[in-house]
Amino acid sequence: MKKKEEEIIENQDVEIKLLIEALYLKYGYDFRNYSQAHLKRRILNRFQISGLNSITEMTYKAIYDPAFTDQLLMDLSITVTEMFRDPSFYKALRQSVLPVLRTYPRVTVWHAGCASGEEVYSMAIMLKEEGLLHKTQIYATDFNPVILRNAKKAQYPISRIKEFTVSYQKAGGKRSFSDYYTADDETALLHESLKKNVVFANHNLVTDSVFAEMNLVICRNVLIYFNKQLQDRVIELFMESLPGGGFLCLGSKENLQFSVHYNAFEPVVNQERIYIKKYL
Amino acid sequence: MGAKKKYQAVVIGSSAGGLNALKVIFGELDKRFQLPVVIVQHMSPDADNYLASFLDGMKKIRVKEADEKEIPTGGFAYIAPPNYHLLMEKDCSFTLTVGERVNYARPSIDVLFETAAEAYGDGLIGIILTGANNDGSHGLKKIKEMGGLTIVQDPEESESVSMPRSAIETVNPDHVFKLKEIAKFLNSFI
Ligand SMILES: C[S@@+](CC[C@H](N)C(=O)[O-])C[C@H]1O[C@@H](n2cnc3c(N)ncnc32)[C@H](O)[C@@H]1O
Repeated sequence: MKKKEEEIIENQDVEIKLLIEALYLKYGYDFRNYSQAHLKRRILNRFQISGLNSITEMTYKAIYDPAFTDQLLMDLSITVTEMFRDPSFYKALRQSVLPVLRTYPRVTVWHAGCASGEEVYSMAIMLKEEGLLHKTQIYATDFNPVILRNAKKAQYPISRIKEFTVSYQKAGGKRSFSDYYTADDETALLHESLKKNVVFANHNLVTDSVFAEMNLVICRNVLIYFNKQLQDRVIELFMESLPGGGFLCLGSKENLQFSVHYNAFEPVVNQERIYIKKYL
Repeated sequence: MGAKKKYQAVVIGSSAGGLNALKVIFGELDKRFQLPVVIVQHMSPDADNYLASFLDGMKKIRVKEADEKEIPTGGFAYIAPPNYHLLMEKDCSFTLTVGERVNYARPSIDVLFETAAEAYGDGLIGIILTGANNDGSHGLKKIKEMGGLTIVQDPEESESVSMPRSAIETVNPDHVFKLKEIAKFLNSFI
């Protein structure tokens, strides 16, 4: 016997699948291999505040109203981030990775899924303190154009500075965090010198390919939204971009252990998800 | 197990006072308990995995932090890691996300319960324990709607009453139990 609730859910899931398909067909945003539970929660949230009558109406709106699509893209991409998130990760990076990069004449770094840029500028601060920033080119990419625009501004609500400062210190920051921004009543603007070596670009990890060779790839809290198949594809992308001895960093709850490419890497600091690509 | 219905998993949500409450339940739980248990306990974002190692140290069922894509199995309890939401997919695997807080909490009990309700349908047992907010009420309601079994800790013995009270008002649960009764009830599924 099929209960009423089960049927409601089944219908909802069909409607959601069609919405996801529409986003792909119309805009090329491919969410088809993202966590279904995650997508569903976010779509139902938007549905509830949208005042629309059905998810199918949302699909219609997504096709004909680009502003609504921007909104949906924001909902589905989850751009929550912070400076020096997981301070122990940055500490490990400073201790185990930067000394190696120091020996290179030029350094390239790729932040994949950089959201509003906090992670990128945290890296820039650390590279600066270690005297590496001047010879480093940082590529910061995301597939969400709205959040990329924010990232370029390097401007954050003043209310967040306290938390950032604490994390900066825990991460082994060598100066005073206030050396890196100018504040007014509402916002803190990071210094221009931190932006100089950063290029922001739109790049979709699902549909775009590699664009340069990197010494260090940082992709944190992005893969958790992908199913296994998609995770493997993206790791493959990073493998193409990294030479032997290149570094790959994942988020604290992400793991290479279950990837088909596990054997291509070796942990450097396992606890912090810092890996090195093996030489062939 | 007699004529008892076959359940597939247990989800537990707790907040203020939850550590002590979980200790009592795990203290009484039988080692042979075989349903996977998934727990959201509210905690500070930079908490370590103390809770998992403490409960694991009680030597009842094994207790660990939930990993992404992991599929919960019998004989284990899984704790949502601090600062991540824990969701369940249709295939009963875990997803972790860093989305906005829900009910001021990350992990949020509602997020786990609502997704687990869809994954396990009427095979799920949902339990709300002590807490000083109302996270979990919606999720427990969803479990009930899906035909699952709902239990709330008796506010009389809860360290913080608002979470169980809110759940009782929202859901009209199948049972309102003291902690020891909850353990005894769970043991009856062995
Ligand atoms: C939770 S944020 C992570 C931000 C930062 N890396 C951190 O760990 O704090 C996830 C980011 O991944 C981006 N993202 C999701 N899917 C993507 C894709 N297919 N290609 C590129 N970026 C993607 C989202 O837009 C979002 O900004």
